[in-house]
Amino acid sequence: MTDVFELLKGRPEDNDYGKKPVIIQGITGAYGSLHTRNMIQYGTNIVAGVTPGKGGQKFDDVIPIFNTVQEAVDATGAKISAMFVPAKFFLGAAKEALEAGVKLLVAIPEHVPVRDTMEVLNLARQKDAIVIGPNTPGIMIPELIKVGIMPPSPFKAGKIALLSKSGTLLYEIADALTSAGFGQIITIGIGGDPINGTRLIDAFDMVKDIPDMDGLVVVGEIGGDSEEILAQRIIDSGFKKPTVAYIAGRAAPKEKRMGHAGAIVMGNYGSAESKVSMFNKANIPVAKRPAEVPVLLAGKMVKSD
Amino acid sequence: MVNKCHKFYGNEMRLLEFQAKELFREYGINLLPGVSCTNIEDGRERAKELGYPFVIKIQVPVGGRGKAGGIQSCKNEDEFELKFPQVMGLTIKGENARAILLEKMADIKKELYLSLFLNRSKRCYTVIASSEGGVEIESVKNQVIREVGLGDVPTNVAQEISVAIGLDGKTADDFVDILVKLSKLTIEKEAELAEINPLAIVSDGSLIALDGKFVTDDNSNFRHDELQKYQEKSDIEERAEKSGFSLVELDGDIAVVGNGAGLVMSTLDMLSDNGGKPACFLDVGGGATTESVYEALTLISRMGRVKRILVNLYGGIVKTTVVAEAFLKAYDDGVIDLPVFSRLKGTESEKAKAMLKDSRTKIYDSVEDAINAAVMGAKN
Repeated sequence: MTDVFELLKGRPEDNDYGKKPVIIQGITGAYGSLHTRNMIQYGTNIVAGVTPGKGGQKFDDVIPIFNTVQEAVDATGAKISAMFVPAKFFLGAAKEALEAGVKLLVAIPEHVPVRDTMEVLNLARQKDAIVIGPNTPGIMIPELIKVGIMPPSPFKAGKIALLSKSGTLLYEIADALTSAGFGQIITIGIGGDPINGTRLIDAFDMVKDIPDMDGLVVVGEIGGDSEEILAQRIIDSGFKKPTVAYIAGRAAPKEKRMGHAGAIVMGNYGSAESKVSMFNKANIPVAKRPAEVPVLLAGKMVKSD
Repeated sequence: MVNKCHKFYGNEMRLLEFQAKELFREYGINLLPGVSCTNIEDGRERAKELGYPFVIKIQVPVGGRGKAGGIQSCKNEDEFELKFPQVMGLTIKGENARAILLEKMADIKKELYLSLFLNRSKRCYTVIASSEGGVEIESVKNQVIREVGLGDVPTNVAQEISVAIGLDGKTADDFVDILVKLSKLTIEKEAELAEINPLAIVSDGSLIALDGKFVTDDNSNFRHDELQKYQEKSDIEERAEKSGFSLVELDGDIAVVGNGAGLVMSTLDMLSDNGGKPACFLDVGGGATTESVYEALTLISRMGRVKRILVNLYGGIVKTTVVAEAFLKAYDDGVIDLPVFSRLKGTESEKAKAMLKDSRTKIYDSVEDAINAAVMGAKN
């Protein structure tokens, strides 16, 4: 599989090590332009934008805009794209990016039809590309690169890998970790959709062998079985680094979608109990509140010393 | 925790049986003659057209109708006059009758199960078939499960499934025909689930769809104007959706509002852990603006039973003063007169606190403090 760190950071011998070029699909929209500016401010190397019909113009007088992803990729060599197009244009825009050679596609839009996601993921597999999302806040290496919509304040560079289905809960828990002195080596928003380009288990595979990582925090929620599958993978892989989980939705009623399309409990399938018991089986404590996450993590750190 | 909530599927829509059957009929799937109606006057006319005997079936967007007495046979007018109002008046799992379906009866030899659904973990459509249908899917034995990709089910695959559940002759031919048509319907409408249970074998060996369940993906609605007529939403749900909110009504007295589904769920969990009873789950979406928070308060004010409002916003780049303005405006306009317990994480929070000093909104630094205060307040 394509190495996500290599894509985001590069290798020390690369000319653009630590400042990998990123393009923005939908750069001229209200949402796209707001977050493009925020990413630039964070230090992300935004090199081009794509908006059909606006090729030749410049975003904020600096960043060239192209009509197609292919032109943007040819001109810049970017392999990362952050996508801010409306959900109904997701299918076309995502296919275009993958066909143009984008290897890391961060899909921000919510309300993408499930079938469109499936089609894009089939193509991504053929192209050996990583799709994060749809409905993701994005991915970041704190204090180095941010590809997404996360506010910068909760995050700090460090040694904890943080994976989350939810956006605002990711910020909340990053904030709690940072306040307790646990910076993050990488944070990945999985997205709240029922079908994720990068599932929890894929994200785990991306981060599990990072030598500098000291611990892992997984923020899940009710619905589906990706937490259970992840817990099983952690057991099977013999992963021994301190790991803590948090599951939102214990008090949610069954058979109701709780905001996220994927957050629904059917019978015991998708229930918090099922996830908590699998994590416990994997010897992973599950916090009751976001503020408890760093406390449990610190506990695991002491034990593993 | 929750016994009764309004129906809100968020990203999917479950059609009523007669609506699913309208689509089945359009795609040529074999059905019994049937007509639907919404009142007894109309029902009497429909009964004459259809002719006795027939069954009357309550139309609700939940299962378990048979056990609840929602399906009754009518041999004549007297039985119809007696049973129609009874069935129409039923409440099943909190759902009232949307309509009544009048349908002819069949001489059933055997009941099969057939469904096609969007398999999220396998990322493709999957067929489930069984020769032992007529019960809920969890209880269907000897299931044959076959992944079929994202396109139509080809005839040879349908034939293999038919053999796998032990069909032959006319029944097997009918099964293949129905599965191919059902798959065409599912793909064209981008449904998440199309289920025929039971799929009945009648005396001449042919197959008839006795019941139908059809769940669509709301997110693909922009490609399906033809499905809009099946949409059913309460005023509050409609307003919530228009604002881009997600709302689930619950039966407690503390309304829970926040930005981001995960954060609101988390707040709901902590509130429940502290003995509070949530009145609703209201996610105003990732951002928070004066308008969105004002609209959220407006929706809550229409819910009744709410005694306290708990707000948990993780702003990050949101100015909390912007949210504070919404509270002040909502009080000024008389939209709410309830106490609000809020935790606003974001910029300018000191300024926001000062703005709200003399209002009924209290700002807390931690969500735990806001929850404790809301629970204590609700008990007073």
